[in-house]
Amino acid sequence: MIAVDVEKRLGEFSIAAKFETSAGATALFGPSGSGKTSIVNMIAGLVRPDRGRIALDNTVLFDSAAKIDVAAHQRRIGYVFQEGRLFPHLTVAQNLDYGRWMSGLPADAAERERIVALLDIGALLPRRPGKLSGGERQRVAFGRALLMKPRLLLLDEPLASLDRARKLEILPFLARLRDEAKVPMIYVSHQAGEIQRLCSQVVRLEDGRVEAAGGLELLGAPETTH
Amino acid sequence: MFDLTPEEWTAVALSLRIALVATVVALPFGVAVAWLLARKNFWGKALLDGIVHLPLVLPPVVTGYLLLIWFGRKGAIGSFLDEYFGIVFSFRWTGAALACGVMAFPLLVRAIRLSFEAIDRRLEDAASTLGANGFWTFATVTLPLALPGVIAGMVLCFAKALGEFGATITFVSNIPGETQTISAAIYTLTQVPGGDAAALRLVVIAIVIALAALIASEYFARRAGMRYHGD
Repeated sequence: MIAVDVEKRLGEFSIAAKFETSAGATALFGPSGSGKTSIVNMIAGLVRPDRGRIALDNTVLFDSAAKIDVAAHQRRIGYVFQEGRLFPHLTVAQNLDYGRWMSGLPADAAERERIVALLDIGALLPRRPGKLSGGERQRVAFGRALLMKPRLLLLDEPLASLDRARKLEILPFLARLRDEAKVPMIYVSHQAGEIQRLCSQVVRLEDGRVEAAGGLELLGAPETTH
Repeated sequence: MFDLTPEEWTAVALSLRIALVATVVALPFGVAVAWLLARKNFWGKALLDGIVHLPLVLPPVVTGYLLLIWFGRKGAIGSFLDEYFGIVFSFRWTGAALACGVMAFPLLVRAIRLSFEAIDRRLEDAASTLGANGFWTFATVTLPLALPGVIAGMVLCFAKALGEFGATITFVSNIPGETQTISAAIYTLTQVPGGDAAALRLVVIAIVIALAALIASEYFARRAGMRYHGD
């Protein structure tokens, strides 16, 4: 379970969001500029809230009243960014192993093989990210985040930079990740179609506030996958 | 033409040693200062930036004279280092290396700082979400990505140190075999009748070394750059 209750001023814009979820995949849904990425950055520990509390299962990650602020590198939260952010100076294989090295986890060849097969990135392992296609890059980014054995996976519009064909290529992988990896996911998107395919819970954001939280009915009129 | 006398060889070897030591010793300080200037906001940052760049704009003789006052045997820092660590700068080749390092420092810091600033900070955020603390993020992401700039800065620093004249001769004089670098030797040769041929030989050597350094830096920077874009 993840419980978020945060406040943050960002210039003219302010965020005051509170929600809780125990779903396998929860969508943060809202138009651009509604504060989705900022909230996810606060959960990851990349942005510090002015006030509030963030807890994951029984661990408090941030609590302004108790002066708790677990550093990003100690949160064990996998993060797939919109633009992948693979390390350009490392090979795909080294990118995949980076989280394991930095988190001091023992090698787990079976798990690595399973995820490489799940994402179908075996052929890319010796290459560097510079020459990968957008879809390949995002798949490697999913693998890199999963292989650090995260307690929670944050996906910030991971398909936004891809064209329609690439999105259709990746969506099934995401559905398999959700079902097989057994890591709770928070999926940020403004595309109702993607969310319908993946999520069971929806937190709808508007102008930095939680407007509603509940099931897929919050997405509004049915939409096809983009 | 390249029939150098032993004294001339000594000057060439000494120049290389002084420039190399100056570059290697300046490097960690250069990386640290460049990182501070590129990444941190602190009180006195503009002052630090100014002090680092001062040798670039001050007359070299001023820098050399200040070094003489502070790092000479009777200077505040010089006497301390002599007494507690046995390190002596005045009229030694180590002093020449210090003068060259100080004079070349702005070039080193500038190149490294620019490459730090050019790095996508979001990659460092990605590293921290993957469990890398500040040190490991720096060691595995920031520094490798800045490598072309670090190499370029080192070569600039080396080339500048090789050619330094004003501060060195002011601080440690022009002693053959101890502080007489190529530049100082050329200067001496042009002051004596019949020294033109020898001076010219050293001039050619100076050009060859500087050119080789620049080509080497270009090669390393290109190789490092290729690693990020090739597959």
